Amino acid sequence: MSLLSLGTFYVLAGALMLATALRVAIDPGHPRRATTALFWGLLGGAFAFGGLLPPRWIGYLVLVVAILAACGGVARSREHTTSPDERLESARRLGNRLFWPALLVPLTAVVGSLGFGRIHWRGIALVSPVNLSVTAVCIGAALALVLALRLTRAPVGVVLAEGSRLLQAVGWTLILPQALAALGGLFARAGVGAVVAGLVEQALPTQYPWVAVAAYALGMMLFTVCMGNAFAAFAVITGGIGIPLIVRAHGGNPAIMAAIGMLSGYCGTLLTPLAANFNLVPVLLLDLEDKNAVIKAQLPLALALLGFNVLLMEFCVYRF
Amino acid sequence: MIKLIGIAIIAAGFALRFNTLLVVLAAGIATGLVAGMPFDAIMEEFGRLFLANRYVTLAAVMMLPVVGVLERYGLRERAETLIRRFTAATAGRMLLLYTGARQVSIALGITSSMGAQATVVRPILAPLAEGAARARHGTLPPAAVARIRAHAAAAENVGSFFGEDIFIAVGAILLMKGFFDDLKIEVSVWAMALWGIPTAVAAFVLMAWRTRVLDRRITRDVAEARPAGTGKP
Repeated sequence: MSLLSLGTFYVLAGALMLATALRVAIDPGHPRRATTALFWGLLGGAFAFGGLLPPRWIGYLVLVVAILAACGGVARSREHTTSPDERLESARRLGNRLFWPALLVPLTAVVGSLGFGRIHWRGIALVSPVNLSVTAVCIGAALALVLALRLTRAPVGVVLAEGSRLLQAVGWTLILPQALAALGGLFARAGVGAVVAGLVEQALPTQYPWVAVAAYALGMMLFTVCMGNAFAAFAVITGGIGIPLIVRAHGGNPAIMAAIGMLSGYCGTLLTPLAANFNLVPVLLLDLEDKNAVIKAQLPLALALLGFNVLLMEFCVYRF
Repeated sequence: MIKLIGIAIIAAGFALRFNTLLVVLAAGIATGLVAGMPFDAIMEEFGRLFLANRYVTLAAVMMLPVVGVLERYGLRERAETLIRRFTAATAGRMLLLYTGARQVSIALGITSSMGAQATVVRPILAPLAEGAARARHGTLPPAAVARIRAHAAAAENVGSFFGEDIFIAVGAILLMKGFFDDLKIEVSVWAMALWGIPTAVAAFVLMAWRTRVLDRRITRDVAEARPAGTGKP
């Protein structure tokens, strides 16, 4: 038994999405009222009550959500917020205190991950030990919200209005990491990793541990360049090279491998025009003539950092 | 080989700028189908995985109301004031300072709700860096201006990419956690976050090198643009 668990916060997060759906549904000025409300309503339902529904329903639900997003059915409403002058004024009044609630979250995450697991009373734990650190971050966010409301003396209704405003600003990209994590699992189930591993083993002498590391880090970078997204590359390359070769065959440390591997993928993000938000949008925003100006500026750093990552992983992954 | 179709679909989907969410689902469905899974089973498996990975999104959602309330009362304006107080002698040092500040703030989980390229780099950082270079060299040739702007965008990308994996509640760390959980491999989010630090430090050191090179190139651009024999304008 525990008072707080991930489940508690799934319900809260789902409730925020459902409230957003409701706000959209009753907003006559919304540009895509019905489809946007449906989008947030379905997602909110999946978050809050997903555990009660058959997984197959959730699969179809996510498919509907993706189709709604792809057809441009998800738009933002014009949530009222403060004017720039009001914000400048309160920024002047509150100063750096505005950062306190935000800083409370990492503090709670650290303290909570170490200490929350020890608090219990008559067999009832305060916080469930499953995924304790994520739960600690959520508790931190809840505490930060209370602190933010006290600092700013904002009315409680603002929480929903602002939560809904930002949720709509983030839009469908919110669930992209989650969907990519699920894709990774599906790839694993379908045996994609085994195919990639077979190809790599044919091409490279992976019986040497250092070759496996180099193949993994370079593979993360190259696949990120080709797929445009380090998260997607992670599912393929970690399933295909990292787990079978570094972890299983040579006994490497999965945490070190994954952390440095993901950052090797980011080196690829710095180099690919497919990562438009990072590399092409600024070219337009900054009126640059050369379409590849940002990528060129990043190229030497990305390659040098990739080299560093390979060496770091070579030294550490089999040692710790 | 045919099982790699999902990878091809993702690459093509990105290149053609289709909606990424739909591309991801299409890749999953195609991969499942060529592996001989019936459509219904694919949906069931995807739904199960989507539910199991809910916590990847959870922290981001829980942070939204906090950030929203703080933004309503001037969080962004306050950050802007702090950035404007940055004073550095050269464009390169200005950008290096920004990269460092961005790494630290994002490692502490303070992220803005919208893309910083549009909200920070274009209106604040690039003009500040150009201003620093103008104060030193006078009028800048177009080549130098373009160079500074491209590096301003790079300063933001490098700072945000190589700061974020130190915070345990970001999508990247949780996605990796979800991936390992699914394979029944026990990995701590804190271990992954800590092992992100050496690369973050290396990224900052390399940025110091790149911004020094930038400053030297600006000086060279200015010298080349100026006709021989004339001194400082």
